[in-house]
Amino acid sequence: MNIFKFELKTYWKSFFLWSLGIVALQIIMMVFYPSMAQDAQIMDLILENYPVELLQAIGLGEQVSLASVLGYYTFVFVFVQLVIGVQSGYYGFQFLSVEEREHTADFLFAKPVTRRRILVGKYFAALSILLLTSLVVAGSTFISIELFRDGRGYETGPLLMLLFSVPLFQLFFFSIGMLVTVMTKRIRSVISYALGFGFGLYVLNAFRSIVGGEMLGIFTPYYHFEPSYILMEGSIPLERALISIGIIISAHLITYVAYLKRNIRA
Amino acid sequence: MNIIEANNLTKYYGKSKGIENVNFTVKEGEIFGFIGPNGAGKSTTIRTLLGLIFPTSGSATIFGKDCIEKGHEVRRDIGYLPSEMFFYYKMKVWDLLKYSASFFEGDYSHRIEMLAETMELDLTRKIEDLSYGNKKKVGIVQGLLHSPKLIMLDEPTGGLDPLMQKKFFQLIREENQKGATIFFSSHILSEVQHLCHRVAIIKEGSIIQVEDISTLQKNNYKKIMLKGENLSKKSFNFEGITNLTMEDHTLRFFFKGDINQVKEKIQPYKVEDLLIEDPTLEEIFMHYYE
Repeated sequence: MNIFKFELKTYWKSFFLWSLGIVALQIIMMVFYPSMAQDAQIMDLILENYPVELLQAIGLGEQVSLASVLGYYTFVFVFVQLVIGVQSGYYGFQFLSVEEREHTADFLFAKPVTRRRILVGKYFAALSILLLTSLVVAGSTFISIELFRDGRGYETGPLLMLLFSVPLFQLFFFSIGMLVTVMTKRIRSVISYALGFGFGLYVLNAFRSIVGGEMLGIFTPYYHFEPSYILMEGSIPLERALISIGIIISAHLITYVAYLKRNIRA
Repeated sequence: MNIIEANNLTKYYGKSKGIENVNFTVKEGEIFGFIGPNGAGKSTTIRTLLGLIFPTSGSATIFGKDCIEKGHEVRRDIGYLPSEMFFYYKMKVWDLLKYSASFFEGDYSHRIEMLAETMELDLTRKIEDLSYGNKKKVGIVQGLLHSPKLIMLDEPTGGLDPLMQKKFFQLIREENQKGATIFFSSHILSEVQHLCHRVAIIKEGSIIQVEDISTLQKNNYKKIMLKGENLSKKSFNFEGITNLTMEDHTLRFFFKGDINQVKEKIQPYKVEDLLIEDPTLEEIFMHYYE
């Protein structure tokens, strides 16, 4: 428990800042919704004139109308996903590599604890923060929509489904982070890895939606948990989500085995 | 009872050798020096014993238990001071030491305060604001706070001023007198010479000698200096002579064997000056490394 508590403490500041960013992003984007909805016809007209490829690339491909609450929120949530993707990746790359990068490993690993206890303590601290973040996302989603929906109605079902996908989406990036950590000698710059994966997989999905097909989508959770699909269909695309879940589970197993045998370098 | 037993301990990092077939035992209550230059495998050995890295082959026991299998149990009674101390730098010293103590059963507040007082360490400061020497002190306190039965020191004195070094050695001696076994890794021999009972010398990943300090010093090597006209290297080039140098009519060498041999060789010469002394540990050590 002492490792868990200690680790948790190291996250608060970062958690607060990321949360602030997510809330601000949602509110600032939703501020424009009322005027956007009023001129919906003009907006949709303008959008029609954009190349389809561009719209697809920013997640507005499937006849999403910016006039409806959920239609507009699709557009907002793409950016939310980007932020939580980078954040989750950041924690994933960080939490097992920090001791070796900052040379505090000699302190921690020479203590009378098993590797397993170190891993479990660190893992659950990070996981708790991710879950708290997903609650922040959920809270600020409803708050920002309620504040700016301007009397227009929306279905809560699809929205809840979308929010339900957040922890899985986070876990994907988090898992990739820890998997890469245990497969490499040392992670030197956490933020560049996190940004690389966060944006890289986003671009991959944008590319996929332009060229079409499913192949490229296999590797990117932006496709597995596509906001436009979830909000329009009211359900998570099961087959795609299962790919994410498969990757998450494998990453966990490999991390567990590899970390217990990992040589902690000076 | 043996506190540490290393049996053919071997560690390869990929293809590059860390240590190979390292064997030694450390007895209860002794101060055991572990000597070698940088990169000889000292830290690799210590890190393997502590379970930070895993041996490629061979094994080691500490307190009679396997240091990997039972690592977490074994480490309850080990205090470790790494060569370079890094901490969670945003913490206050006191919080860090509390965290360190939280890994052990019991209350160590009093002991922390006592050690901090001895080492003149301010517990209220932030780690990142501390000087190198002060960080080292934090390391010393966290390594000793649980009164470990085995203290492992990896190049412990770097960054400490001479006064602090003295205090530190005093502290180590006290712990030793109270019954703690000390494993002291260093490349500075003069440190070891005064403190240790036995030393192991490690070179390129292998132990080349384990010896009592007293034996090591008296291992029959004599350091001889001769000054005089007409001395030549040639006439002193015989069995038992090593490190023979000639400079400004001065001949220097080490000799191991029957001293009468040297006496006879010197006999024909007119000698201005003659010095026969025990080599320092440093010199013995250099000898092993050639």
